[in-house]
Amino acid sequence: MREIAVGSISDAVASLCMAANYELGDDMQAVIATAIDREESPTGIDILKQLQENAAIAAHDRVAICQDTGLAVVFVEVGQEVHLVGGDLSAAINDGVRRGYQEGFLRKSSCHPFTRKNTGDNTPAIIHYSLVPGDKVKIIVAPKGGGSENMSKVVMLKPADGIEGIKREVVAWVQQAGANPCPPTIVGVGIGGTFERAALLAKEALLRPAGDPSADPELALLEKDLLAAINELGIGPQGLGGRVTSFAVHVKMLPCHIASLPLAINIQCHAARHKEVVI
Amino acid sequence: MSEAIRLTPPLTDADVERLRSGDRVLISGTIYTGRDAAHKRLVDLLEQGKELPLPLQGEIIYFVGPTPARPGHAIGAAGPTTSYRMDSYSPTLLAHGLKGMIGKGGRSQAVKDAMKTYKGIYFTAVGGAGALLAQRIKKAEVIAYEDLGPEAIRRLEVEDFPVVVVNDIYGNDLYEQGVSQYQK
Repeated sequence: MREIAVGSISDAVASLCMAANYELGDDMQAVIATAIDREESPTGIDILKQLQENAAIAAHDRVAICQDTGLAVVFVEVGQEVHLVGGDLSAAINDGVRRGYQEGFLRKSSCHPFTRKNTGDNTPAIIHYSLVPGDKVKIIVAPKGGGSENMSKVVMLKPADGIEGIKREVVAWVQQAGANPCPPTIVGVGIGGTFERAALLAKEALLRPAGDPSADPELALLEKDLLAAINELGIGPQGLGGRVTSFAVHVKMLPCHIASLPLAINIQCHAARHKEVVI
Repeated sequence: MSEAIRLTPPLTDADVERLRSGDRVLISGTIYTGRDAAHKRLVDLLEQGKELPLPLQGEIIYFVGPTPARPGHAIGAAGPTTSYRMDSYSPTLLAHGLKGMIGKGGRSQAVKDAMKTYKGIYFTAVGGAGALLAQRIKKAEVIAYEDLGPEAIRRLEVEDFPVVVVNDIYGNDLYEQGVSQYQK
């Protein structure tokens, strides 16, 4: 049994909150560069170049890429050979978020749903735990902004709707979202499982490096078809018209009930932030 | 691309009349920030006939909730927030003299109609380009509703702040026109 102090996890979460908000990943930088070559709209090209410049300024000045530094979504994979010592793991993660957002000059966006009173420290974090083999702990911090999150949905399709029904629903939803989620976007799609598992699948799909196809050839083909259909909508960068409405579509799938076909769509803007560490 | 138009608020009817959807604009001078909660308070004050904590006549409101400023910086990351959440308040502010709004995403028909009636203009800045836009903000000062934190009303001094005209007073909407141009 390997012992890990929860304090080290707290420190890691604090650092990840800052790094994720300042440093746009290499994967995102690559898809933005490719998009500039594909875009035909002059306004669209100008916007994509502003995104490149923005990423460079953020990394250099250690200023957030986007002012919406998000709710801190934290994925924790705990090895079953690990013994966590020194306190409550969830409390340690929340402490890391509290320190990361305060020390990093990040915006606290968490509030009471009715009164809208800000909790003041961006907690509680949204934490997803999974138990895995091994003696390590993997932590992924994925700050999620409100603008793109608001343009997400779960829908329970009928089994008869099939793959064509899924395609219609995703494309129609991206069209309806229009400019609101700050396109170009990455579209996370979760298919199957249950109502709540589909939503988590869609969010997990966003953790994959941008543009990397699914390892499942059937899903990779679906991703390609969906991306082509979405980019024919003409929404373009920031919704002002153009060829690049989404950089990528990422699909994850699980078996579901014989009576069900859950579908979740979680939209992510270009501030596709996720940083991870293994302890 | 065509040359950018330079504007300095307060804006006049003539300033607004010459703008067309799709125009690139660089704003220099004073603008004000405000988002959901601040808008609600402003509209409540107007309905009660009370004085506002900022001038509206000819001014521009930027829908933004910035990150805290690092020491030595005027402001933190400061990109636009989604505008539709302000739709229920904007017509009242336009009726009381507001000339410009900066945000992102489409507006309701009621807001578009109010822009026509009162000669207002809606601009967009690049969503998420918070670090880049912060560089164009030279000074920031909270002038009202400090308790709202990132949603407080700030007076900003901006220089060459880059925006694009989305809705003009002639009924044009860049979101609709741009998309139909590239739709297959």
